[in-house]
Amino acid sequence: MTVESSALYDIPGPKALARHRLYGGIALLLIAAVIGWVVYMLFHTEQFTYEKWMAFEYRGVQELLLRGLGNTLKAFGLTVLFALPFGALFAAGRLSDHRAVRWFSTLVVEFFRAMPVLVMIFFVFVALKVQPLWALVTGLVLYNGSVLAEVFRAGVLAVPKGQREAAYALGLRKTQVMAYVLVPQANRAMLPVIISQLVVALKDTSLGFLITYEEFLHAGKLIATNLDYDLPFIPVVMVITPIYIGMCLLLSWLARTVERRSRRSPAAQGGAPVAGAGVATGLPPSAQQ
Amino acid sequence: MNRETTLGGPAGESGAPAGARGRRAGKFLLVAALLLAALAAGCGKAGTPPPKGPQPSALPSYQVQDASAITGSPTLDAARNRGHLVVGVKEDQPYLGQKNPATGEYSGFDIEIAKMLGASLGFPPDKIQFKTIASANRETALQNGQVDYYVGTYTINDNRKKLVGFAGPYFVAGQSLLVRKNDNTIHGPEDLDGKTVCSAAGSTPYQRIQSQYPKAKLIGYDTYSACVDNLITGQVDAVTTDNAILLGYAAKVPDELKVVGPLFSTEPYGVGVPKNDTGLRATLNDALEQHEQNGDWKRAFEATLGLSGEPAPAPPQINRY
Amino acid sequence: MKTLTDNWSTYWEGFLGTLSLFAVSAVLSLVLGVLVASFRVSPVRPLRIFGAVWVTILRNTPLTLLFFIVVLGLPRFDITLPFYTFAVLALGCYTSAFVCEAMRSGVNTVPTGQGEAARSLGMSFGQTMGLVVLPQAYRSVVAPIGSVMIALAKNTAIAGSFSVTELLGTYRTINELGYSIVWTFVWIAVGYLIITLTISAVFNLLERRVAVSR
Repeated sequence: MTVESSALYDIPGPKALARHRLYGGIALLLIAAVIGWVVYMLFHTEQFTYEKWMAFEYRGVQELLLRGLGNTLKAFGLTVLFALPFGALFAAGRLSDHRAVRWFSTLVVEFFRAMPVLVMIFFVFVALKVQPLWALVTGLVLYNGSVLAEVFRAGVLAVPKGQREAAYALGLRKTQVMAYVLVPQANRAMLPVIISQLVVALKDTSLGFLITYEEFLHAGKLIATNLDYDLPFIPVVMVITPIYIGMCLLLSWLARTVERRSRRSPAAQGGAPVAGAGVATGLPPSAQQ
Repeated sequence: MNRETTLGGPAGESGAPAGARGRRAGKFLLVAALLLAALAAGCGKAGTPPPKGPQPSALPSYQVQDASAITGSPTLDAARNRGHLVVGVKEDQPYLGQKNPATGEYSGFDIEIAKMLGASLGFPPDKIQFKTIASANRETALQNGQVDYYVGTYTINDNRKKLVGFAGPYFVAGQSLLVRKNDNTIHGPEDLDGKTVCSAAGSTPYQRIQSQYPKAKLIGYDTYSACVDNLITGQVDAVTTDNAILLGYAAKVPDELKVVGPLFSTEPYGVGVPKNDTGLRATLNDALEQHEQNGDWKRAFEATLGLSGEPAPAPPQINRY
Repeated sequence: MKTLTDNWSTYWEGFLGTLSLFAVSAVLSLVLGVLVASFRVSPVRPLRIFGAVWVTILRNTPLTLLFFIVVLGLPRFDITLPFYTFAVLALGCYTSAFVCEAMRSGVNTVPTGQGEAARSLGMSFGQTMGLVVLPQAYRSVVAPIGSVMIALAKNTAIAGSFSVTELLGTYRTINELGYSIVWTFVWIAVGYLIITLTISAVFNLLERRVAVSR
């Protein structure tokens, strides 16, 4: 679809086109002015001198950054490893037939979703005196696991009722219905939502910075505030920000690819409304930050 | 989700056909991956960028002693089994305890103290592993055995004595102020009214300003290096903590920073050890005394903190409590 | 209980800090978010691109990094503002990207026919949006904006590590006074629960109100 066919405005005539061009020109000028000011300030404050960038030439500094990146990915990997089973467990708990289990799971999931993830991390770190890596991972697992539990639950509930009824009619037991009928169908439709929640988890690994976990941002700070390197804060930001954004875009891109594939596949039609179901619980994964 | 029938759909990024978007993202990723691979391949220079500030001509070395006669310290026994010592230190305090990001090497007065004590325990420098422990985690690290002992601007006080043991003191510092070189308005803590003062959140110097100079606007970070960065860029007006720490920063960039005012506290620095390991504490006290007498202590000071222009003081009296 | 009553003023100060941080950043993020959302659906191409870049960058940058950039970076450009203002800037800009996306998907839920009908009546872009599309989009935007606001309230906790008085940061003061660290955190958690549950209740109410008016 092209821009001209938007339903919000008519195909612009010559006058409207001229007007849009005028607005566009003004907008461009303003944006250019802001960018120009930033670039001027960058040069004015001498951010592009050799001294500010030389630190990156050294293998030790590069390795420090890579080690930080590795630690970030390690925390992320561990979070994924534990958050998925945690989510599955508590989603099953909320769908359980036993009231006590359901009640307990709901309490846990709702509590951790309502709590800032940083409070959990600090609690584990300060009160329970756990090492930074595990404090970070515990906090992230509790929070993201709870959000994933809601995603899983919504996914299972979104499978058409007939599927469940048909399975019971065949004489399958509760666990079998879950394992062979509902979960496989819910799975494919949930995948994009799960991956976008993982983007949140990836971004949140940077909270480890606040509890002295030696992750990517920590490595950056170590270089940025080093007097020997002429305090290369801006250069460090210019290096680490694109890498963070790149990693998140990579995950989001994966989510979109999976989404497109599952939409195309007829087998996943049953689970298609999952994204909608996510919204219905009041917390769309995209809004979880 | 179904963009073909939406109102806001065609705009911006979502207007691009999905395939093109995917390809673009793919290309971007390829470039990013190549850059990272280039980094990982280690196309960098070896060594370290030239450090600023005065440098020692040579660091003193300490004679490694036969310590097999020393018994009764569970910490030391564990270190012997392990084959090396693990010492907790700071990583961002020039001339006291600083880690060179490029080489991973630690240097400074605290590091020298750690090394001379290690030598007395029978461990040469290459058998000492340094580990950065932030102020907030020092007690925990000693309690659960992450480090054998801790040397990092660790003030001895009664509250901490409930949690850990202290050998020493090996140095006495005092709280002071670091300001910009061109700032002539701050000469001491009484000039801080209405000024923004930065320190490590929750530290003793932080609390002292809070209770004794409540008119100062107090800012807290987890490290002093962030404070110093904010001081240089003008976001805060002063950094306060022990003079030993501040002198190190000022020596790095003498054109931009200076230490001003009298010392307004007494901070005896001790070597933190696990609370119940009195054997280790006694051994370290003996070792400190010995190194103070044979001149190692003075040589270590002159090769590190002394470079900031501060003459070597007389070492403080060891306190065997 | 003693932990709470003895430190009531500290907690209260932190609680108010979190509330004010939330309120001010919420206003900033809503204003910016709506503005950027209208950029993203407008017929002017440079504005659309600006909107897309704004959203992509801010949505994919960790908030901690953004705080880091604002607090240590802006002073380098001779912009020295109080830490509170810095925190509001970081939180407001970050959240605006999410508000923008919520708004845009809200606009997307309005059937195309509505926009086409408005246009066929001769309405301009501004009229179509203001009189026809946005009032209808409002209904489906309430729930997602609600969760963005809850996320914002939770994110204010990060500001405590950057020298702003807020609820989570109170644990340091109280911990040093020797109170039970577990209970200190329990009362902090209660404070956050009060805030997030209130926001969620308010938005539920709003949602029900607009649902009835249909």
